[in-house]
Amino acid sequence: MTATGTGTTGTGTTGTGSAGTGAAETGANEAGPETVPAAGGNRVPELPGVARATSNGGQQVVFPRREEYHEVVAAFKDAGYEMLSDLCGIDYLLDMNRPLPDEVSPERFEVVVNLLSLSGCSRARLRVQVPESDLLVDSVWDLYPGVEAMEREAYDMFGIRFAGHPDLTRILMPEDWEGHPLRKDYGVGRVPVQFKEAPGPR
Amino acid sequence: MTDTSEGAQELSARRATRPDELRRESGAVLRLPEVPAIPAPASGDIDVEAPDDETMIINMGPQHPSTHGVLRIMMELDGETVLRTKPVIGYLHTGMEKTAEELTYVQGATNVTRMDYLSPLNNELAWSLAVETLLGVELPPRAIWVRMLLSELQRMSSHLMWLATNGMDVGSTTMMIFGFREREMVLAFFEKTTGLRMNHNFIRPGGTAADLPDGWEDDVELICDTVQARLDDYDELLTGQPIFRERMEGVGVITAEEALALSATGPILRSTGIPWDLRRSMPYLAYDQVDFDVIVGTYGDNFDRYAIRINEIRESIRIVRQVMEMMPEGDYRVQDKKVTPPPRARIDESMEALIHHFKISTEGFKVPVGEVYAAVESPRGELGCYLVADGTAKPYRLHVRAPSFVNLQSVPVMLHGGLVADAVATISSVDPVMGEVDR
Repeated sequence: MTATGTGTTGTGTTGTGSAGTGAAETGANEAGPETVPAAGGNRVPELPGVARATSNGGQQVVFPRREEYHEVVAAFKDAGYEMLSDLCGIDYLLDMNRPLPDEVSPERFEVVVNLLSLSGCSRARLRVQVPESDLLVDSVWDLYPGVEAMEREAYDMFGIRFAGHPDLTRILMPEDWEGHPLRKDYGVGRVPVQFKEAPGPR
Repeated sequence: MTDTSEGAQELSARRATRPDELRRESGAVLRLPEVPAIPAPASGDIDVEAPDDETMIINMGPQHPSTHGVLRIMMELDGETVLRTKPVIGYLHTGMEKTAEELTYVQGATNVTRMDYLSPLNNELAWSLAVETLLGVELPPRAIWVRMLLSELQRMSSHLMWLATNGMDVGSTTMMIFGFREREMVLAFFEKTTGLRMNHNFIRPGGTAADLPDGWEDDVELICDTVQARLDDYDELLTGQPIFRERMEGVGVITAEEALALSATGPILRSTGIPWDLRRSMPYLAYDQVDFDVIVGTYGDNFDRYAIRINEIRESIRIVRQVMEMMPEGDYRVQDKKVTPPPRARIDESMEALIHHFKISTEGFKVPVGEVYAAVESPRGELGCYLVADGTAKPYRLHVRAPSFVNLQSVPVMLHGGLVADAVATISSVDPVMGEVDR
């Protein structure tokens, strides 16, 4: 009926289906919910000298320095984090006293990367401090091509530049827009509304 | 060696092709302005004028019936073959993430529900899960199961809507009418339950806004029976139909490696054979207590994505039936007076209730310092909500990992080398919702 088999699939398998081996390739391998490993399995690679913490919800958070960010992401990729599920920027202008590990000196901007391991069913988060004076971070586009749009968004919204990005242009705002809207010192802005019944100038 | 009007022409060796020409051949993503990622050869012995008049760049959209909103696709065409593509977005950007910083956590659900307007309840769910993780509240079982019921019904309505629009994109107006007709049943139930057909603001931090209406079992049973029967009609109409299959099979192919690298999730990732469904792999709510199959494809083409969605409706019906059996009695929200407002009737009787209601309505509740990433499996893929709290009643930063936003990046790969006539079907098979892409 359909070329798509319905398979009760376990979580441990990330079997990259060999395309073209037949329609009935995806059979039902008996894997019930009991085989689901505990979420957040600790598969974070050993990174000497990199600060780490545990976030709300028990997720592993790593605080690489800006210089080592690219190689830390590469280490995560080697450790089985196949997918970069999210990257976003944050402007901590109004919250410089946020809780951070002692080794990490807070900067105004942060780039937050959420990595996902399909084989280990776990997530890891990287938080990189980016100083306001030099808004430049290495792009991880060469490791995860899917980060292209996310880095463009972070550039568009915060002005954080990514070295090595193939097309670092505005993505959501118009090309000629001035300013970076999600910064905390960027006003919300209002459109003056002239109501019909509004009293005119006296 | 042939003689032409331009003189003797010889096919030069492959290595003589200029790097930018090679990139044009191999790359699928159109990037303007061109960035010289590969430096041009230093030696000047080969000086080929790149014939740029061979290809043509056309804009599809931003107003096009098959772009599912205001999506603009720049396509570089060689004849009828699509070479590179660039999705241009931002036409619907309304700064919802900025707006969220101005709203309290109570109001926040109203904001996020407008992002993915075809599955608003999933947005609310991701938001609520994030806030609840920060608050550390434990949900009563009925709230969890009501959320699951609504979430699965939403998946059905969203996929039905996709079947409808996809049918229209490939020329089946019958399917469009059918899809909308069945979706209407689900929306009618939502209206009865939440008061609104879309943008419900029903799933809130701390539970749901109200309990299910009396007799909800009958309505849900009717929806399940009807949709189940109609799905067989769809199979008859589309699945086995040669014209439909010709248009869908082998079109818009993406491999598992490409889908993983491009962070594609949802039906796109599953169509390549990777059994990744957050409901199964990293269960939230009570998805580990229900029995369902994760539908995977084999070839990663449009037809696989179609088959995945139509079968996921069947799986959702299966889940909904189990939820109906296992729906526990009890409270539909957490009895924490600081988080959930009291029922309307209590306000008339109790001064305390009035105060709590007033406080929650005006100030909201404070959320402890922290940050969290909560993800749910929306009909389009992983819908993540990254929330940073600074201890006040408003979020410091909300970032929504919108599946459509990320999935759009796989469009150039799917379109590359295909025909421009198939572009419509392929864009449709990605199922982008522009409200979520631009946020």
